[in-house]
Amino acid sequence: MKNTKYDKIADFHKVKENRLGNGIVAFLCGGVMGFLAELTIECFMNWFKISRETSSIYMIVIFIFIACLFTALGFFDKLVTKFKCGLIIPITGFAHSVMSSSLDSKSEGLIYGIGSNMFKLAGSVIVYGIVSAFIFGLIRYLIGGI
Amino acid sequence: MTFYYNNVYLKETSCITGPYEKKGPLGKYFDKSYKDLYMGEKSFEKGEIKLVKDSLNILFRKSKIGKEKIDLVVGGDLLNQITASTYGALGVGDFIGIYGACSSSVLGMIIVSNFIESGFINRGVSLVSSHNMTSEKQFRYPTEYGAPKPHTSTFTSTGAASCLLTNEKSKVKVECATLGRIIDYNQNDPNDMGRVMAPAAIDTLVRHFKDTGRDPNYYDLILTGDLGKYGLEIVKDYMCCEHNIELSNYNDCGVMLYNLEKQKEVHAGGSGPVCSALVVYSYIYNLLLKKKLKRVLFLATGALFSPLLLYQKENINSICHAISLEVV
Repeated sequence: MKNTKYDKIADFHKVKENRLGNGIVAFLCGGVMGFLAELTIECFMNWFKISRETSSIYMIVIFIFIACLFTALGFFDKLVTKFKCGLIIPITGFAHSVMSSSLDSKSEGLIYGIGSNMFKLAGSVIVYGIVSAFIFGLIRYLIGGI
Repeated sequence: MTFYYNNVYLKETSCITGPYEKKGPLGKYFDKSYKDLYMGEKSFEKGEIKLVKDSLNILFRKSKIGKEKIDLVVGGDLLNQITASTYGALGVGDFIGIYGACSSSVLGMIIVSNFIESGFINRGVSLVSSHNMTSEKQFRYPTEYGAPKPHTSTFTSTGAASCLLTNEKSKVKVECATLGRIIDYNQNDPNDMGRVMAPAAIDTLVRHFKDTGRDPNYYDLILTGDLGKYGLEIVKDYMCCEHNIELSNYNDCGVMLYNLEKQKEVHAGGSGPVCSALVVYSYIYNLLLKKKLKRVLFLATGALFSPLLLYQKENINSICHAISLEVV
């Protein structure tokens, strides 16, 4: 049953989320993350004399490890609550979602717990990531050839 | 439907909480509080079961009535298959498991009261429990995920609360009760439960006044379960605009349980079946014993919410049961 009078009163009491503020925080935090990533890449390139491509792979591995470690130590969720999408959108968010799902189900054992629940949140990211990569790859092939 | 009771009394209560509730303004009224959300167990679910066991043990110790003398236990919680209650109440009297979401606290009391009034039993226990982490896990995101939440979201309280109802005269009497109806107001925001449950509270409140012929001033205090600060305002406004009933002596347990200014993590207030029970069985029960309050109407609101059906584009329904407590 739809009750417009009720919705009107309820809408009056609904608080507006500070979208601009949240956006700025996420933008700045995301920017800092990008800066740190670039810094790591440059350091690896200069220290170990490796290519940019190899260096960025190392950077990703390190960022994933740090995010997982912080999740396991129990304070990454507090950072996510504070910085929101600034930490969720980069690779750290993906690592955090896998890690938090597995931590959540560790008491149900390795098979029924961690194994089957690990990708509870990240599963759709992987599935639709692959599906969209396939579709866009196909479009690119049809338009421009290999 | 409203029932009147002549022979049902509230004899004793017990409240066990987690750390967040202890830090709230009612912290000193609870019987026991844990500092850790695991309660010394290996998982959150086992921690919740421990809360239920503790709550029953403390109730038996306080009331000096052994568990063999309890005829009936009615219990409910938020876990799948209401496992916290069934595992926690193992070995204590006959058992009925109920699911009324956050309205279980009053629903349990009504069922026990009806059994006592009908003369089938002499003593019965109503118990409820909820745990912040187990319900996060079940209804929302993994516990370590920390997904950002809007201001209207509520925080599931951690704890277990039980009350002993008897047919022997005591200081607080269960006077009457109104059963709730399932209400669908086309609401579907799981992050704004106050808005979802307020229509149920309004419906039960209006029917209670109609059935009994009373007005809000008959009661010293009218309490809803877990609407949070925004739901509370909605109920007040809607009752005033639509039904022309001014609620001046009205408050919400979810708002009372926490210090909303200091405890920012609770957002709009507490929720969960134990939220309303913790406030009523501790603070309000104390005020009733001291005769600072004489008549209290306690409405526990529940959102009959399943993430599965929400994803299948169904609305969230709600229900609210009311019970009136009086000083003898």
